[in-house]
Amino acid sequence: MRMNRRSFIIGSAAVTGGLALGFRLPFGGPALVRAQDGSPEITAWVVIRPDNATVIRVVRAEMGQGTITGLAQLVAEELECDWNRVIIEYPTPGQSVARKRVWGEFSTGGSRGIRQSNEYVRKGGAAARMMLVQAAANQWGVAASECSVSNSVITHKASKRSTTYGKVAEAAARLEQPKDVPLKDPKTWKIAGKPLKRLDTAMKVDGRMTYGCDLKLPGMLNAAVKDCPVFGGKVKSFDAAKVEGMKGVKKVVQVGDSAVAVVAEHWWQAKTALEALPIVWDEGENAKVSSASIAEMLKAGLDAEQAFVGNQNGDAKGALAGAAKRIEAVYAYPFQNHACMEPMNATARYTPERCDVWGPTQNGEGAFAAVLAASSLPADKVDVHNVMLGGGFGRRGTYPNDYVNDYVAQAVLIAKQMPGTPVKMIWSREEDMAHGRYHPVMQCKLVGGLDASGNLTALHMRLSGQSILAAVRPEVVAAQKGRDPLSFQGVFESGEHSFSYTVPNLLIDHAMRNTHVPPGFWRGVNINQNAIFIECFMDELAEAAGQDALEFRRKLMANHPRNLGVLNAVAEKIGWSKPAPRGVYRGLAHLHCFDSFVAAACEISVKDGNKIKVHRIVAATDPGYAVNPAQIERQVAGSFVYGLSALFFQECTVKDGRIEQQNFHQYNSMRIAQMPRVETILMPTGGPIWGGIGEPTICVAAPAVLNAFYRATGKRIRSVPLKNHGIELV
Amino acid sequence: MIRLSINGKIHQVDVDPNTPLLWAIREQVGLTGTKYGCGIAQCGACTVHIDGVAVRSCSFPASAAAGKKITTIEGLAQGNTLHKVQKAWIEHDVPQCGYCQSGMIMAVAALLKDKPKPTDADIDAAITNICRCGTFQQVRAAIHAAAKA
Repeated sequence: MRMNRRSFIIGSAAVTGGLALGFRLPFGGPALVRAQDGSPEITAWVVIRPDNATVIRVVRAEMGQGTITGLAQLVAEELECDWNRVIIEYPTPGQSVARKRVWGEFSTGGSRGIRQSNEYVRKGGAAARMMLVQAAANQWGVAASECSVSNSVITHKASKRSTTYGKVAEAAARLEQPKDVPLKDPKTWKIAGKPLKRLDTAMKVDGRMTYGCDLKLPGMLNAAVKDCPVFGGKVKSFDAAKVEGMKGVKKVVQVGDSAVAVVAEHWWQAKTALEALPIVWDEGENAKVSSASIAEMLKAGLDAEQAFVGNQNGDAKGALAGAAKRIEAVYAYPFQNHACMEPMNATARYTPERCDVWGPTQNGEGAFAAVLAASSLPADKVDVHNVMLGGGFGRRGTYPNDYVNDYVAQAVLIAKQMPGTPVKMIWSREEDMAHGRYHPVMQCKLVGGLDASGNLTALHMRLSGQSILAAVRPEVVAAQKGRDPLSFQGVFESGEHSFSYTVPNLLIDHAMRNTHVPPGFWRGVNINQNAIFIECFMDELAEAAGQDALEFRRKLMANHPRNLGVLNAVAEKIGWSKPAPRGVYRGLAHLHCFDSFVAAACEISVKDGNKIKVHRIVAATDPGYAVNPAQIERQVAGSFVYGLSALFFQECTVKDGRIEQQNFHQYNSMRIAQMPRVETILMPTGGPIWGGIGEPTICVAAPAVLNAFYRATGKRIRSVPLKNHGIELV
Repeated sequence: MIRLSINGKIHQVDVDPNTPLLWAIREQVGLTGTKYGCGIAQCGACTVHIDGVAVRSCSFPASAAAGKKITTIEGLAQGNTLHKVQKAWIEHDVPQCGYCQSGMIMAVAALLKDKPKPTDADIDAAITNICRCGTFQQVRAAIHAAAKA
């Protein structure tokens, strides 16, 4: 096996400064755009090299979820190129600005990478194919409709002539792009929809893949940074003289008004010196905040008068007052850090004329805006060069509130104090734990009403807790008159996160209680707690009604056929209608989120009343369309590792205004011994809407396990993480 | 100066003796396939072999590695022939983000040296690396495949 089977140029492009696109206006034709190596661009998405290799542009960020492979499959499908000769290239946000956002949105969150760019990238591939075929047809003096194309080879059967994309690319690039670009019926796909291998694997098994932490630039120095541990606090003073003589130390600098960095020849030297540096903080009022004070504030919200309505029909409060039986429960979900394997980092080189940043970001355009703000340079003088991300999960989203003090801005602010010298700033794991953009904290009070026959007649779900959008996109919240629609992910009134039950009298509302702890998007974010709240409470209601958990749900789902479809699929595969093996207990859950329909059924056993073994999780997902079934299976299984780690182990507690957990010994993550067998049922049902993959299934494992634990022990656990209840995952 | 033998090559590195081997490998020697994840031997992203044994290099002083035979992910293949674990990893498309995989592969290669045909229980006991993407299902399948290779 040869090691360099596929070239993958993200790493090298990043260090040499991107594509350096050249423009030339030939006489009478449209602009010809060339890639850095001189190869012609056919459309913005496709460059064909003379040797017949295909370069496909991707602007969504690869963080492990497989988006570059999936998006390339979609382009290649329409392009009819040779899949074995595909190379991926990341255009930069600076190039995007210069070309009027020809590649659309860079931001890679909300499971949007494939579902929201599938149409325009497919058209980019299809238009390129049409132009390449037209160029060959022109050369031969035949009609394009008489030519066929496969694997980058164009054939005119009647005259037995054939040529390659590489040979006609120059001519094709000079043609007008077609306006009417029909797309294939997905039923005819040969590359998309198939379980192809990822494009980026070979470099990830031998140490060649370059992550942000691995970047090397000529003359580069390294920086370690420490931000005030109390969010909102500031630097009062620091004694640089104490560490300036330490080996390798080049400079001690303040970063914004809240952080200090040591710049040294090597990172380990910088970190060692930073730990020895005396810093006095002005911690401010937030130093009085604790987990207990936050919990008190949220608790008050559970019964507050004012709340934003996310979903309502009938008269829930009236119907609850008249219900034959009333069931009430309060649930809670903590702050959680993303704990990406690769800590936050960025490398910046600043001169008064130009600023470039290299590093991992889920949102090149957001990072670009952060560099603009931090460098005070104009848009044509800055750029951001993305690299492979060592995990993202929402943490590397770079939202407007992060333009001043998150990792990208910090790197620029450090480099600004050393003009001309590239500086690589890496956060220690401890800094990463202390300065996350945390999964929001939330409590929830649920009240259900049953009639005499055990039918659910009314439900009130009151959320109380933190809003992400209020912090990161306040204009969206303002446009909604103060409401954060994302707080209702999975239980909303309409759209990609709509509630998947019909209850005659329903009220789902949110008392917004924001804290000084900065919130952020976090794989699935609010579906994690909303699925636990609603799906565990459904089990509570079913029990109160004396009904089977599945049957009780089904009666409320007649208007939700796709949710019913995935729920039935997991119930059937787990064998819900038959008794579980001795000592094994089952639970299930489902949700509609990110325009996908997902369900899980699990089998667990419990030893000594507190040691849970999750044997098996059957997971069904209906995302409308499946671009790469093999990668979808991996995302589903991986989402359960992330979701179950959160359920069992993970909580960021606040003491004296700061996060207490510092590293994995206090913030555990699942290991292979704890991994259940995951059986994925992929059941795409088509339709006009494409659903997401990276996030949806994360939310169904936790409630399924909690429901199974209740069946095993009679104990209903209503707060996360389970370690706080003395429960272990074995 | 500390004399380190890494992937069959001798490197004289100028570091404080307490500098973790991880950072000597990454910064002085310039081999960045070995990753920093936690710095406290919890996650295993920094796993290398020292005299054939898997070691978490973030918590192992560079000075203690002097005179020993160190292998990093870059030295696992024999020339252009990948190690059977690397081959199995490609065949099973194991990595997602890939950041933890250098350490995971090094831990697995050491396991297979000790136990050429590991049971699931052997794998559970020996492989304690953290993978936040959650590749464990593919990791297990690839370990068994590599054991058969």
